[in-house]
Amino acid sequence: MEQTWRQAKAAFAAIAVPPIAWLFLFFLVPLAVVWGYSLGENTGPTTIDVTGTFANYMRAVEPLYLEIFGKSLIIAGLTTVLCLIVGFPVALAIAFASPKTKAWLLLLIMLPFWTNLLIRTFALIAVLRENGYVNAILEWFWNGGSGLMALVGLQPLGDFEPLTLLYNNTAVVIGLVYVHLPFMVLPLYSALDRMDRSLMEASLDLGAGHMRTIWSVVVPLAAPGIASGVLITFIPALGAYLTPDLLGGTDSQMIANVIERQFKRANDWPFGAALSFLLMYLTFIAIAVQAFVQRKSERRG
Amino acid sequence: MAKGKYLGGASRRSILQQFGAAAVGISFGGALSACGGGGGGPTVNFYNWDTYIGPTTLDDFKEATGTNVNMSLFATNDELFARLRAGNPGFDVIVPSNEYVTRMSQAQMLQELDHSKIPNIANLLPEFQDASFDPGRKYSMPYTWLVLGIGYNKEAVRAKGLTVPDSWQYLFDDATFNQKMALLSESADLIRLSAKYLGHSVNGIPPAMLTQIEQMLIRQKPRVKQFHSDNGQDLLASGEVDIVLEYNGDIAQLMAAEGGDKFDFVVPKEGTLINSDCLCIPNGAPNTEGAHAFINYLLDAEAGKKITEEILFPTPNKATRDLMPDSYKNNPVIFPPADVMAKSEYGAFEGDEKSREYEEIFTRISAA
Repeated sequence: MEQTWRQAKAAFAAIAVPPIAWLFLFFLVPLAVVWGYSLGENTGPTTIDVTGTFANYMRAVEPLYLEIFGKSLIIAGLTTVLCLIVGFPVALAIAFASPKTKAWLLLLIMLPFWTNLLIRTFALIAVLRENGYVNAILEWFWNGGSGLMALVGLQPLGDFEPLTLLYNNTAVVIGLVYVHLPFMVLPLYSALDRMDRSLMEASLDLGAGHMRTIWSVVVPLAAPGIASGVLITFIPALGAYLTPDLLGGTDSQMIANVIERQFKRANDWPFGAALSFLLMYLTFIAIAVQAFVQRKSERRG
Repeated sequence: MAKGKYLGGASRRSILQQFGAAAVGISFGGALSACGGGGGGPTVNFYNWDTYIGPTTLDDFKEATGTNVNMSLFATNDELFARLRAGNPGFDVIVPSNEYVTRMSQAQMLQELDHSKIPNIANLLPEFQDASFDPGRKYSMPYTWLVLGIGYNKEAVRAKGLTVPDSWQYLFDDATFNQKMALLSESADLIRLSAKYLGHSVNGIPPAMLTQIEQMLIRQKPRVKQFHSDNGQDLLASGEVDIVLEYNGDIAQLMAAEGGDKFDFVVPKEGTLINSDCLCIPNGAPNTEGAHAFINYLLDAEAGKKITEEILFPTPNKATRDLMPDSYKNNPVIFPPADVMAKSEYGAFEGDEKSREYEEIFTRISAA
């Protein structure tokens, strides 16, 4: 493959230079500026001196902030696991659907992306709140059941107590799973779709059951897809800030909420930058782990 | 199911706030196109809160003076500050709140106003002609003022055996409304109002009292349903909470909406925080002449009436207030009783160090 671009260097350069310049100007340069801030000090309400101090990082690794990092990791991890459990059967079903159904199912998975995240989150609030649709449906069944019991001479149920579904950590995880599920399903689907079907047939012919085939054949073959799905679900979930802000209760603060407040209310950009970079280092570690998994599975294949 | 459909309504700190960066993008584009001088003639670039102007005010000003007004919107003072932090991108008139008037003037981001070009200053109520946060009104003219208080569901409060939840105790130090209350997620407001509850001024809170406040709020936290981002009126309307910390204007708008007679608003007896949104000219404004003329126009009695009829916030303008109907002038939600107002104060800007300290206290409370 390397031959082809070496033979057409000019064409390659023409195609590659704009995205590289874009990446450099609008990603690497701002990132470098923020990294500089993370080593700086506030010298006034609007001025920062980059002095090379580690004070911001020292403050960022205080137990208070490490605990918030830890909590964010747990919530993001839980979100990823739930996305994998829910997403794997869905991806499998899409991969084995007829070509026409497949297109429709993929469209359904992508449809939520056509709507702004904020609108979707507010929609979820309307569904989950005490006067929301979930509780309205439950109340309907409750009252129906209560009426039925009275009809057959039993003691009717008491008044319906709406479930508290919003403003707690469960709501945050539900919201994050809802938002990130497509990120998990799509890479899983592409891995499962490319899989050599004859290997599964061989497994079934040789006497393995369906579950055994999935565990011993499908999952190992789909490992790179699982790894990239886990990664691109975990990273944005770790940095989520809108979802905990809108769906969370009083103890649902995640690290991105703290970072946001440093850049806004606290007007402490150096400290906010240091927290952001700690988050980024965690991301790099996650990517390294993913690359490791991928290499291992390639070596096996 | 008619209940629970209310989604925010008009609010100066509206849904726009949540868009964050996206909103910055929108207003940034607006400001730049204005610099090109759209539509011919001079232009004033006005950076304002959402739903915070009369429906015809900008057109009326153009008719009166021939100057176009190009309005862009911001959602929080922090956003306004962040936009102008690295230099003025071309705004002529901005609307920071009192604390930020001090912060921005200290950061040399504001121009001194030429009072001779703003004769309508005479329309202002005497108590607004000068201000503790801007002595001599060097940098700012008052546009509106607002207070924090408790919005509540009348029936739910009665069910608890109360008539009016007229103390901060119910929000900060009490289990009566367990899991049926929400607080504003603004560190400084929470800490200052807690100090007020404990009998101290909202300013100059000593370190020992800060520790006491932190412990009190950590104790209270499990009883609080959410730290809301200024959508308290929505939480109240949808029945999620029975009492909520909110601004009077937001609850007044809810009460004016359909089904709003279930709700009421009270400024607790301990007194509260007063905020005032002010008109200022940032340094580097391209059109200072036009900016002065526009500020003067907004302080005009008739122009002010059209704005006030729309936004329903308290006006500091006596001439405007005199033109308004009794239903506005005598509304106890919009104009709280004089005795609690006498106990209320402006929150002073006490330096960036203090804001950071308050922020860290709030982070600790949330993490506890």
